[in-house]
Amino acid sequence: MRTRISHIASNTFREAVRDRVLYNLIAFVLLLSGAAILVGQISIEIEKLVVINLGLTAVSLFGVVIAIFIGIGLVSKEIEKRTLYTVLSRPVRRWEFIVGKFFGLAGTLVVNTFFMAIGVFAALFYVSHKFVRADALILVALYFIILEFLIICSLALLFSSFSSPLLSAVFAFSLFVIGSFAEDLRNFAGMAHGVSRWLATGAAYLVPNFSAFNVISSIAHEQPVAGQLILQNTLYAVFYAIMALSGAVLIFERRDLK
Amino acid sequence: MKHRQKISIIAGACLVLSLAASAIVLHRTDQLRPQATLDEVLFLNSPKVIKRASLGYDGLMACIYWTRAVQYFGNRHHNDAVSYNLLAPLLEITTHLDPHLLVAYEFGSSFLAPKPPFGAGQPKNAIELMDYGIQNNPDNWHLYYDLGFIYYTELKDYKKAAETFERGSTVPNAHPFLRIFAAQMAQHAGEYQTARMLWSAAYQTSQDQLIKQNAVEHLRALRVDEDVDHLQQAVTRFGERTGRLPASMAELLAAEGLAGIPVDPDGHPYKLTPEGRVEVRVPDDFAFATKGLPPGYKPQPKFHSQAQ
Amino acid sequence: MPAIEILGLEKTYQVGFWRKRPKCALHPLQLTVEDGEIFGFLGPNGAGKTTTLKLLMGLVFPTAGSARILGRDWTDPSVKAQIGFLPEQPYFYDYLTAHELLEYYGQLSGVPAKQRKLRVEQVLEQVGLRDVQGVQLRKFSKGMLQRVGIGQAILHDPKLVFFDEPMSGLDPMGRREVRDLMEQLKHEGKTVFFSTHILSDAEALCDRVAIIHNGELRGVGAIEDLTSSVQGKVEVIWQGTQVPASIKALGAECHVTGDRVRAVIAENQQDAVIDILRRERQRLIAITPVRTSLEAYFVEKLRRAETTAGRAS
Repeated sequence: MRTRISHIASNTFREAVRDRVLYNLIAFVLLLSGAAILVGQISIEIEKLVVINLGLTAVSLFGVVIAIFIGIGLVSKEIEKRTLYTVLSRPVRRWEFIVGKFFGLAGTLVVNTFFMAIGVFAALFYVSHKFVRADALILVALYFIILEFLIICSLALLFSSFSSPLLSAVFAFSLFVIGSFAEDLRNFAGMAHGVSRWLATGAAYLVPNFSAFNVISSIAHEQPVAGQLILQNTLYAVFYAIMALSGAVLIFERRDLK
Repeated sequence: MKHRQKISIIAGACLVLSLAASAIVLHRTDQLRPQATLDEVLFLNSPKVIKRASLGYDGLMACIYWTRAVQYFGNRHHNDAVSYNLLAPLLEITTHLDPHLLVAYEFGSSFLAPKPPFGAGQPKNAIELMDYGIQNNPDNWHLYYDLGFIYYTELKDYKKAAETFERGSTVPNAHPFLRIFAAQMAQHAGEYQTARMLWSAAYQTSQDQLIKQNAVEHLRALRVDEDVDHLQQAVTRFGERTGRLPASMAELLAAEGLAGIPVDPDGHPYKLTPEGRVEVRVPDDFAFATKGLPPGYKPQPKFHSQAQ
Repeated sequence: MPAIEILGLEKTYQVGFWRKRPKCALHPLQLTVEDGEIFGFLGPNGAGKTTTLKLLMGLVFPTAGSARILGRDWTDPSVKAQIGFLPEQPYFYDYLTAHELLEYYGQLSGVPAKQRKLRVEQVLEQVGLRDVQGVQLRKFSKGMLQRVGIGQAILHDPKLVFFDEPMSGLDPMGRREVRDLMEQLKHEGKTVFFSTHILSDAEALCDRVAIIHNGELRGVGAIEDLTSSVQGKVEVIWQGTQVPASIKALGAECHVTGDRVRAVIAENQQDAVIDILRRERQRLIAITPVRTSLEAYFVEKLRRAETTAGRAS
């Protein structure tokens, strides 16, 4: 069972690489180095701030876009192109297929982020000419970004298991935006009454909550991150991903493949 | 079939359990960092930047920031905080995104100017906010009222208050009481009656719950101040007549010829200390009272909901 | 033990967006396929052949009924290790090479690593793709894709292989190759179940066939048994330039080509025609029995079915 999942995962990774998805890294590197050079020449006392903010925001956004665009096609493309038929005629359980795809996509994003991180640190070195201990916080921010990716991947996979690529992209992107404002949604829910309060609260806990994951601004100002927060965020991402994947499995197990 | 059912049951259970678990973790995380998104405001407090970042959806962002401002203040207030650093930036951002969000200005006038723990203690910021509001909403008389209020209550600058009320009274459809206030400022600024009029007006003309509660507390405090003032004057008169302090409240009342026992807005009788001070029985109930408090007492904010 | 036992498998789809109307793709099907035979599943397009295959593969879930494959319940995951499947007009991960694809599928089928390496080489040889094994599948022609498809179906040496329209879109060379491969599989003792709407292929390959139309089974059996139910004909060829009136009177179909005449007569008229030719001193060249084609049987069955349906409605 585990070997099948790992084979599906590595095949998914191979697909992403061959699909030239990782070329986005080139665009990223160009963007970041351009910005670093520009800022380095202007010398406005906040070069480091700009590089960290811009770099990490770009890592986050590029990754989300890739996660959504690959993720939505993971299942629906295979059904459309019927590559799935020959896979499922083998002793591969449907749920193993979903889980394998998830790990493949997540792995692609981790590798992508790794290379982007190198880019960020390189740009940082260019403008600051040295590293300080506080720069290690960037790694924490990157870790949180990767946790965000896990959540988005699982959601993209969930939508891909029952809906067309276009709709899946719309849903996944919407949830990403809503998730960024989830805390406000909870506040709104807290001020509502009656049935709408219950509905809003339910929705607020059902959508992904990204507020606690975005520490880019604070680490750019060298604010430390509580260890407890790292633990809680990890747990939240894991639980949420399990939830979305369970949903995907439930749907996919019962689906007629036309 | 059996295999499929087994998987479906397991997946279903996973879904429910992980949903519950994620909700629990989220709740705990909230407690860990109660102002998660608000901390950003410390770093990203340029209204212009935020306006650009909202990609034209200013109205929505203004609503969101307004909600955050209210939550921020409410939570901190509930926890007896002594500083409200983010209130001014939050309100500034809100009003820049939507200059016509009148309730934000009202909120600022009520809670930016007063000293902690009742407010942020930043009257200058409050005045700037109101000026911005008046600039963008010149036909709104209530903003002049709020501005005048700040001058009157926090800065005790009665001249400026009068000017502001006067300016406000020239706005079409202005409430008649603005003219009255302008006149009052000129002559009877320091009187209880004036203050009572202003706070009653604040209570009646506002829709926001927190602002109304604030007005109620001020009115209650005014009653107490006034009562204690009168009673304290009676004690002084007693001392001048008899050369000593009254032994009890009853003796004082008898000397003054008063039939009933004076009570505070909650119905508790005022007490007379052996040192001759008139005090309220439960100081905590009257946050804004300046008289009738035990020496060295620091007021704790506590709001009631009914005006009396 | 039969290789496949279909016990009343049925599939009804709910069609439509708001008010769902049921559309029956497959009426309850009862069918048995014996071990070691090549079984043809015939029918026009849309008859329910692909639906049946998808049901057996577990890609689609039946409304009712069950099946047993190789003696086990068809939903048993362990069955999948013993069967191979080639879907209609297959498409594979086009970013992989033929070699990589077979490797991947071998991994998924649980073929142990050492054996896998060997097997992939063997299969590539067998389907004739050894020389292009390093080329990405996106560059493959239809025929080459079909061969890869067969390759992945037999890679793990299954006992039972399912082909859905294996000859579709192939040129005569390609079809010949696929036919040869299927014969080879039979020689290796495997059972082959394939669906097609090309009757000549079925005639050439199958031991037994089943005919399906509009989701219903119309006939099952060995080809000879099916075709023998229709009366035999005989073809007579002789040298000459015109058809004697007496032969025409028998109601024969005649063709004249150059100095040869070809007439198709009923079997029982054979002796009479030979006598006529001897009398007329025509030189006889050949007498050949014409086996009724499967096509005739097929068309007749369908026409009868349509008439029944017409009478019923």
